[in-house]
Amino acid sequence: MHTMCPRLIKIVLCTLMTGLLMHVGISRSLHVGSGHPYVSVKEGIAAADQGDTVIIHAGTYKEGNIIVDKTITLMGMDWPVLDGQLKYEVLSVKANNVVVTGLVIQNSGHASLDDPGGIKVYDSRGVHIIGNRLKDNFFGIYLQYSKHCIIKDNIVKASGTEEQQIGNGIHCWKSDSLQIVGNTISGHRDGIYFEFVTGSVIWRNIAFDNIRYGLHFMFSNDDAYITNLFRNNGAGVAVMFTKNVKMFNNTFEDNWGDAAHGLLLKEISDSYIFNNRFIRNTSGIYMEGTNRIIVEKNIFKANGWGMKIQASCMDNVIRQNNFMQNTFDISTNGSLVLNTFDSNYWDKYEGYDLNKDNVGDVPYRPLSLFSVIVEQNPPAMLLYRSFIVTLLDRSEKIIPTLTPDNFIDQVPLMHVIPL
Amino acid sequence: MFNKIQRFIVADILKNRIVLAYTLLLGVLAWSVFSLEDDSHKGVLTLLNIVLLTTPLVSIIFTTIYLYNSSEFIELLLSQPIRRARIWTGLFFGLFFSLALAFIVGAGVPILLFVTGAKAIILLVMGILITAVFVALGFLCAIISRDKARGIGIAILLWLFFSLLFDGLVLFLLFQLSDYPIEKAMVGVSALNPIDLARIFIILQLDVSAMLGYTGAIFKDFFGTGLGAAIGFGLLCLWVLVPYLVSLRMFVRKDL
Amino acid sequence: MIEIQHLSKRFGKFQVLRDVSLSCAPGQCIALIGPNGCGKTTLIKSILGMVLPTSGSIEFKGKDIAKDYHYRHQIGYMPQKGRYPDNMTIGQVIEMIKDIRGSKEALDEQLIDEFGLHDILEKRMRTLSGGTTQKVSASLAFLFNPDVLILDEPTAGLDPLAAEILKDKIVSEHQKGKLVFITSHLLSELDDLVTHVVMMQEGEIRFHMPTDALKASTNTSSLAKAITHVLKQDHVQ
Repeated sequence: MHTMCPRLIKIVLCTLMTGLLMHVGISRSLHVGSGHPYVSVKEGIAAADQGDTVIIHAGTYKEGNIIVDKTITLMGMDWPVLDGQLKYEVLSVKANNVVVTGLVIQNSGHASLDDPGGIKVYDSRGVHIIGNRLKDNFFGIYLQYSKHCIIKDNIVKASGTEEQQIGNGIHCWKSDSLQIVGNTISGHRDGIYFEFVTGSVIWRNIAFDNIRYGLHFMFSNDDAYITNLFRNNGAGVAVMFTKNVKMFNNTFEDNWGDAAHGLLLKEISDSYIFNNRFIRNTSGIYMEGTNRIIVEKNIFKANGWGMKIQASCMDNVIRQNNFMQNTFDISTNGSLVLNTFDSNYWDKYEGYDLNKDNVGDVPYRPLSLFSVIVEQNPPAMLLYRSFIVTLLDRSEKIIPTLTPDNFIDQVPLMHVIPL
Repeated sequence: MFNKIQRFIVADILKNRIVLAYTLLLGVLAWSVFSLEDDSHKGVLTLLNIVLLTTPLVSIIFTTIYLYNSSEFIELLLSQPIRRARIWTGLFFGLFFSLALAFIVGAGVPILLFVTGAKAIILLVMGILITAVFVALGFLCAIISRDKARGIGIAILLWLFFSLLFDGLVLFLLFQLSDYPIEKAMVGVSALNPIDLARIFIILQLDVSAMLGYTGAIFKDFFGTGLGAAIGFGLLCLWVLVPYLVSLRMFVRKDL
Repeated sequence: MIEIQHLSKRFGKFQVLRDVSLSCAPGQCIALIGPNGCGKTTLIKSILGMVLPTSGSIEFKGKDIAKDYHYRHQIGYMPQKGRYPDNMTIGQVIEMIKDIRGSKEALDEQLIDEFGLHDILEKRMRTLSGGTTQKVSASLAFLFNPDVLILDEPTAGLDPLAAEILKDKIVSEHQKGKLVFITSHLLSELDDLVTHVVMMQEGEIRFHMPTDALKASTNTSSLAKAITHVLKQDHVQ
């Protein structure tokens, strides 16, 4: 390998030189910008052949809708700005294996009928959108009918205030095998939006201050999202009408508001929620019509509700989680309990451990009477921490009458699980 | 001149066994709560319950009994060249200072040691205000009835009402009127109970996540703002002033 | 010195004082006597401003007492049953009353000396016997050299020696020209003290006359006998 390297560089240099000299279509670089061979991006793309690199130099380019319809690399030098003047879709990718990198793309059109985006990928494979800055576009990056695309290290930022006036940061529709990695998305309607997207991974992204959801999943099976940070989004993260999703190592925090949740699960099944942190959300996880989910080794801390499990959920397993400083650890609106609680740490647990095996000797009932009352009558929250509520909760703990019998952790842990 | 009466009364009450026991009780509870709980956040919430329960009880009962036991002493004071209002004010401040001091020594010191920031101050201020409110209510109890047993009965009833029955009533109303938009009215209702006022104040500071949903939003909008906090504080002060001034008016006109 | 005019007091349904008028001059030592519930205590409390009259007025040295509490600087009061804050010491109680009075004149500590209170100034009021508490009350009443002394059952509860000390003190103060009010059940005790007798019955003043005149009119030699005589006459009528 060591001896190969210089030879390889030589080959590359030779190829470049011959390419430039002979104008044959192996791989050329076309320079766009004032004082360069091509003045406009469109000219550069028009002149490029398959496999060429169009290098766009610093400057602001207001060229309406730029269409990339051949496999080329579109590369910005010193952050050139492509401006859609609030009228056009800025960049439309309609070919496979296109690379878009180093661009500032801003001010796409805001007509909501055809969903104009900063960068929109149509029916393509292997498109890489890497290290771009997208500012104040209606949709940031929009993929439809696309496969094996990589969206990486982009900064997608808008300053929307109303849901109707802004699109999603990274919007993926009817696509497969995508990698959404290391992007930072803020100020959009949904940070990342998945609808009919399968076999994809969302990794190391940060979504904050988005108007609706940090991440929004609809009808997207067999996906995973890992090590993302979702902070202070209008309504948290929603995963709906989906099955077989893996949610690992994510942080859901500060998702506040009347209808806000750290993670909203609706009509989802056979999924795995592991090692996430739910901190200071109105409710850490809100579950509705959720089946066969495993919630394991997560931290629920300082939420209004740790988990809200609606009566329509069944066969879920909640085990080895830490519940700390939540106003209510669990609440439910029904009396039928078909979910299992097992070996969690509850900081409200007041039992004892005589044989010192770190398992409490008496079961823990995570559902307080007051949480049932508040579920039925939200303004009753007014009485939180009043003497009468304490009294009601105490008596209910001793003689359960109103809370479901089998809502119980038989083996609560005595100490915090190190996570 | 009332400063002098008050000074002697403070000196007297601070040696009182019940007040010493109260200080000790608060101290033991607070220290054990903070040293047993590994996180101080939970400790504060536990302490909040204790403070909102014992402080009103001890303040109102002790004040009432002390005033009844002092009736002959008050007569002696009345035979001295001193205005009636000054005697009453002296008694009030004497009782308030000593009970507030008991609270500060018992609960305040551990709070300041274990809790940081605005929480500690708010908890302390509310504890002191609640002490003042229930001392004032104790003055009212003692002046309303000549009979000691009846006066103490009224004091216990008042405490029971404010710490338990009132909230029970609120809960009942909430369920009865659950079809109507009563959230805003609830802000007003809470002002009718000093313990509720203090509790909501502290909770807004400590456990913001507790005040959720629409009702929570309304409360936060109201008490969370500077003006709302000022109004809440003012209401609590009214809860001190009104009972005390009524009792003062009755005392000035009373035959002893 | 004290002018009471048409004083009436009603507690709810009970008419305790009915149109009482009384005039007292310096140098008199007045025994206020009468059966239980006749209004003695209410009359005293009215003079002290503890009870507010329903109608009528009381003037002290020509000033209506309802308007100004300062006249109480010139009154020393010894209650029938003194009770003081439990945890105050004798010293503190005396100190506090001194503070309230703020009197700049020389204090009369004769009783404190003679009762031996100096040795027990550190004792708490809660620990004192009834008699000792009365000694404190008496000492306080005389401490500020007041022009008027109002003593409610002064010797009740005192041991004979202390009672004698107190009586001597009353006599000596009276001789200085002070006005002294005494209520007592023990008529024999009053015999050598009082110059005037006020007898009350059912809220009214039955009579108010010098002791000598009373004795002469009933042809008796002692106050006790004179009073008994009057009461018997009433009974016959």
